Amino acid sequence: MNLTLKIWRQPDRDTPGAMHTYEVADVSPDMSFLEMLDVLNEQLNDKGEEPIAFDSDCREGICGTCGLMINGDAHGPEVTTTCQLHMRSFKDGETITIEPWRSDAFPVIKDLVVDRGALDRIVQAGGYISVNTGSAPEAHSVPVPKEDADRAFNVATCIQCGACVAACPNGSASLFMGAKVTHLGLLPQGQPERDERVVNMVAQHDHEGFGGCTNIGACTAACPKEIPLDVISQLNKDLRTAIRHGH
Amino acid sequence: MDTTDTVTSTEAPTSGIADGEHDDAAGYYTPGEPIIDSKAPGGPISERWSTRKFEARLVNPANRRKLSVIMVGTGLAGASAAATLGEAGYNVKTFCYQDSPRRAHSIAAQGGINAAKNYKEDGDSVHRLFYDTVKGGDYRSRESNVYRLAEVSTNIIDQCVAQGVPFAREYGGLLDNRSFGGVQVSRTFYARGQTGQQLLIGAYQALERQVSAGTVTMYARHEMLELIVVDGKARGIIARDMVTGEIQTHLADVVVIASGGYGNVFYLSTNAMGSNVTAAWRAHRKGAYMANPCYTQIHPTCIPVSGSHQSKLTLMSESLRNDGRIWVPKNQADCDKDPRDIPEEDRDYYLERIYPSFGNLVPRDIASRAAKNVCDEGRGVGPEVDGVRRGVYLDFADAIERLGLEAVANKYGNLFDMYARITGEDPYSVPMRIYPAVHYVMGGLWVDYDLQSTIPGLFVTGEANFSDHGANRLGASALMQGLADGYFVLPHTIRDYLADGPFEPIGEDHPAVVEAQQSVRERIEHFLTVNGTRSVDSYHRELGNIMWEYCGMERSEDGLKKAIDLIRGLRDDFYRNVKVLGSSESLNQSLEKAGRVADFFELGELMCIDALNRRESCGGHFRAESQTEDGEAMRHDDEFAYVAAWEWAGLDERPILHKEDLVYTAIEMKQRSYK
Repeated sequence: MNLTLKIWRQPDRDTPGAMHTYEVADVSPDMSFLEMLDVLNEQLNDKGEEPIAFDSDCREGICGTCGLMINGDAHGPEVTTTCQLHMRSFKDGETITIEPWRSDAFPVIKDLVVDRGALDRIVQAGGYISVNTGSAPEAHSVPVPKEDADRAFNVATCIQCGACVAACPNGSASLFMGAKVTHLGLLPQGQPERDERVVNMVAQHDHEGFGGCTNIGACTAACPKEIPLDVISQLNKDLRTAIRHGH
Repeated sequence: MDTTDTVTSTEAPTSGIADGEHDDAAGYYTPGEPIIDSKAPGGPISERWSTRKFEARLVNPANRRKLSVIMVGTGLAGASAAATLGEAGYNVKTFCYQDSPRRAHSIAAQGGINAAKNYKEDGDSVHRLFYDTVKGGDYRSRESNVYRLAEVSTNIIDQCVAQGVPFAREYGGLLDNRSFGGVQVSRTFYARGQTGQQLLIGAYQALERQVSAGTVTMYARHEMLELIVVDGKARGIIARDMVTGEIQTHLADVVVIASGGYGNVFYLSTNAMGSNVTAAWRAHRKGAYMANPCYTQIHPTCIPVSGSHQSKLTLMSESLRNDGRIWVPKNQADCDKDPRDIPEEDRDYYLERIYPSFGNLVPRDIASRAAKNVCDEGRGVGPEVDGVRRGVYLDFADAIERLGLEAVANKYGNLFDMYARITGEDPYSVPMRIYPAVHYVMGGLWVDYDLQSTIPGLFVTGEANFSDHGANRLGASALMQGLADGYFVLPHTIRDYLADGPFEPIGEDHPAVVEAQQSVRERIEHFLTVNGTRSVDSYHRELGNIMWEYCGMERSEDGLKKAIDLIRGLRDDFYRNVKVLGSSESLNQSLEKAGRVADFFELGELMCIDALNRRESCGGHFRAESQTEDGEAMRHDDEFAYVAAWEWAGLDERPILHKEDLVYTAIEMKQRSYK
């Protein structure tokens, strides 16, 4: 396959960026999207042009490091992470547009690399259960109904990649927050801090510059782990409950 | 070590060769003093950890905030320790190269985590988990450490459940267990196919809670490039801010390395792209011994390489071997045919043929080597990469006929989907193709019972140390070790060291700090000014090929010596001819990789020397010269029942070999057999 790539390049956070056009030849349909970029980078390096910076680590769809806007879609045309997207999803001769995640809360560091530290700070605000090492009771002392445990697991599969934010016209991280609040709120261990957790996480979310949710659903459509939209309803419900409790 | 310990090995030496007769690595190393004390307390094995915890000195809570800890790495072993030390009140600085601590490669572990809870009442116990782990490690681990690992395993599950880790549960609401990795009890706790991610999220959340509490300061996108040693003690690190390029000095009372394994020395592995040896190797160069570096685990069921563009390999659960049948064509001429058109009589189900009693379920190392052998014979399948087809079929046609499509889909649906996504082939109708890949290293920095390296004040946890898995790691035991070290071992042993602190403050103008800073700057400057012709990746790929060919599944004296020459030549060329563009003052991924690959060259050479020295086959290490007539691995307990701990002697100097004899008091050494 021969492809034309239009790629966002930006030297650093404070310097304006622009789209640049590159041709890449002999792309195998068995390559992953990121391997195709590796090939382009080898070509650029040979020509004396600095390679394009992009993030990736596990390249098996679980660490959440990678993430590109491909033809305007977060992680591209398939429901998966960018690293698990393969070139057989594209056609010979196609022009592909590649941009970094779009969000005010994710400033560009360089080229296609963004700073997602805001998501860590939301977790710091309350996305945990407070239990010091060594103070845990015997694991079987608190049974958890299988249905709750399974649902908690399903929403805990969030990989914190930020695709939901990138896809959202409002730049909201509500799906991410909803997944965390739902996961911890479904478990008996998560009850004591439930009100405080949601209030503090939402406050941090708003402080970071993420937008509000207007139930568009672009987040869940882009989510490589298919986190369902109803975690946002749960988030809203938990927030209302916390406010009713006087938070 | 308890001097009253006696070796109870009753197994007759299998080689009949007198001690010390073989010295394959002569000329490549210098013999050093043996290590005679691993600091494990004496007494009955079941009481050693309690004894150590009691004897380790305490630090008054009010004094803890005056003590500082540097933690390098935020996987299970790093995040858990940083969180725990933060909770205790120490001042912790934590570093990771990723953009968030939650991305460390522990996240990719699929299968589960072992713990001796005996919830199934099927005869499990701490002693059985200990026994299985020592045996699985082919009697090349330190028994005191392994016993402690089994002992604290139960606490890990309690801790993780309390944190909200969503383990699989039964209908009654209690935790589910499965059997894993060929053991006969069900002791593996799991969270569907992503146990690693769920455990890491638990540790990450605990860590972020401490960041919020102010006890831990997190430095994401920071890479440790040098260890600072002052008056013989580890006192800090030089780190590079990967975004701004700033070279920073961080000083502390103690340094912990939890930076994971070095499987990426093979270029292609199941490790993350960024996984590297630099933190550990920089410590090695400053005096920390590297133990058993050649012990590598190769996993048989990975998705094969599809072309020279391949950047990493993906593991599929080996549970697939329960129902899939492995075969290659009998005739080379059939290798590019559609497998469905190859009649039964022209197929070679080679594992079933060679190992009739274990068949497709032989252990990982045996399955891996057999696949390599048939591909070397020219009977591999799939695309030709560099002139060879490296793949074998894993066929579910019989299983689908026997169990029905739906049952197979229920059991393996996720794995089949993953395979289809990566290869573009439908495993329900076409046999899967698999090939072995590197996925874990048992070797690592040498540590004593306290997890302290040979540099006082430098501790090492998780995959980065060598201590618990011997020559082979059992499935579901990597997560166990990472969390055992981080939550329950290190926090106790480190306090004994810190009880002597805080140590004398040192300034950034201290000669040791200046020297470390300067060496980092010079290295960076060198890479950016060589202005050669080849990319870092091209060197890394070539190094990986050498390692895989000569220091992979099967190693021989001639091959290893050749590899050492090749590596030295390639390393010289790398320093003269590498091409790294861009500047040191911004994000520069080629520059980051250059430093890591430079360290992989030195590590790769040491791995070959270690493999050359160990003229026996044990666990993941197979020496062609040490096999039975049937091609089975043969250990030589008379010569090699020791840990090979290597001391750095300088670039192009022979490393110094220190031996720590392995003494078993609670277990008897035996040979494995799969016939």
